[in-house]
Amino acid sequence: MKAQLKKISGYGIFANIVMIALAILMIFPLYWIVTGSFKDAAAINAAVPEWFPSNPIIDNYIRLFQKPALRWLWNTVFMAVMAMALTCITAAMAGYALAKKRFIGQAAIFSLFVCAMALPKQVVLIPLLKEMAFLGLHDTLWAVILPTVGWPFGVFLMKQFAEGIPGEMLEAARIDGAGEVRTFTTIVMPMIKPGIGALAIFTFISTWNDYFLQLIMLNASEVLTISLGIAKLQAEMATDYGLIMAGAAVAAVPIVTIFLMFQKYFTQGITLGAVKG
Amino acid sequence: MGKNNSLRRNRVLVWRETRAAYLFLLPALIFFLGFVIVPMFLCLFYSFFNYTMDDFSFVGLQNYIEMIHDVIFRKALVNTVIIVIVAVPTVTAFSLWVAAVIYRMHAFTRSFYRCVFYLPVVTGTVAVSVVWKWMFNKYTGLFNYVLTGVGVIDENINWLGNERTALACIILILFTTSIGQPIVLYVAALGNVDTALVEASEVDGATKFQSFWKVKWPSVMPTTLYILVITTINSFQCYALIQLLTSGGPNHATDTIMYYIYYEAFKLNRYGYGNAMGIFLALVIALFSLVQFKVTNSGKMD
Repeated sequence: MKAQLKKISGYGIFANIVMIALAILMIFPLYWIVTGSFKDAAAINAAVPEWFPSNPIIDNYIRLFQKPALRWLWNTVFMAVMAMALTCITAAMAGYALAKKRFIGQAAIFSLFVCAMALPKQVVLIPLLKEMAFLGLHDTLWAVILPTVGWPFGVFLMKQFAEGIPGEMLEAARIDGAGEVRTFTTIVMPMIKPGIGALAIFTFISTWNDYFLQLIMLNASEVLTISLGIAKLQAEMATDYGLIMAGAAVAAVPIVTIFLMFQKYFTQGITLGAVKG
Repeated sequence: MGKNNSLRRNRVLVWRETRAAYLFLLPALIFFLGFVIVPMFLCLFYSFFNYTMDDFSFVGLQNYIEMIHDVIFRKALVNTVIIVIVAVPTVTAFSLWVAAVIYRMHAFTRSFYRCVFYLPVVTGTVAVSVVWKWMFNKYTGLFNYVLTGVGVIDENINWLGNERTALACIILILFTTSIGQPIVLYVAALGNVDTALVEASEVDGATKFQSFWKVKWPSVMPTTLYILVITTINSFQCYALIQLLTSGGPNHATDTIMYYIYYEAFKLNRYGYGNAMGIFLALVIALFSLVQFKVTNSGKMD
């Protein structure tokens, strides 16, 4: 018994050490971005890494904001907020209908949503670009927002949440003479609020960080996002690490802060979005 | 007569319900059909055309035939398969291990670790790749500094510029940005395992390992399946890291199918050919998902 206890705690110590080491590895990129953004060129290119800026400067940020970095940030915020709002509204409505209504064609529509999720969304970027050009939306932020809203994950997630609404409540509302719209706004919406929170934060973060779709759709300098802006800095001024780090910090710190504030909802969202079978 | 009436009333009710349902579905369907389904069909349609800046002519299966004979495509396919074969099992097994360690911890510690492992995803691919680019740098990078310091290597290595190491570097970064979601899912799934079952098995004298393998592992099987599928899909689509760090080089050592599609379609403006490769990739992913589903399901039956 004693030997067994000892063995378990030995494994426990090993596991804890590995966890702490991994945690450091995971935090490191963010740490390095933030500290790097305050280093001068000599410190950042030192052969012996300077673990903490010995001589912190804000020059990198000054140079960053002489570039249109504020514009990039604004574009990113606009894009993420619009994608978030439209996804939440459309997905809440559709998820409610799929969970609580019995209608002709229900099974077919639901299968279509599920099958589409198993397909690689990046594959359709070529026709999507043509479509956006046809609609006159190429090189506008809407070319990123609209396909993001179309992705069926949100509908799926909202359906999971709407399943939990008791049928009696909807029935009671109907008997009280509430129409479809009023039932939705006064009964359904409050019930699936946590789900909407989860979807909102999930959509916001993934739109903010997405790169491929933005790269394909946005070329003009006035529609660049913060992701594209940093990539551009990296391509054009590869050696100016301080400036690039400042850009990366401006991209990462807001989104990480938002994540930490709402991580409870976020975790709930990805857990419930995973289908059971 | 009365029966007929109630049937008719029933039909009216069904019809009304259907109309209401479709009105609720309409906004989502417009976006979904317009920007997911229509492009998918266009993708298939264009793949039969020689579609470039100044040409749009039907060529049948020509694009697919060219694809099979394209040496770079084959290399990209091999690289993609290597990424999937290495990344999918390691990500799944590792995240299960991490989740098994942290799910019994104090709620605060657990959510701390969950956040930490999600951090590389939230930080964003572009921002994270900036740091990795420095870490792999030949002259000022952390890897060379540490490895020469402890004497593992004699001279600095150009990690991303070396055909033998570049793909491994990409897989390592992909790994750190892929484990966040599986860990969150596994922590939730392990938390839902019936504790009575686990305790019963331990009372019966099962070791920790046995109770894990016989009780918990089957219970988290649906989660494992889901994680395998999403990790496979993501690994097959590996693109951003390549574009940001190596541009497919050196000498196509890190070309993936997704990167090659992008290169052909958007650099060389060969849309038809790009679409043919896209259809191929979509079919492979669908096939993999199906096989994983079958295999994992039959494992559950035993």
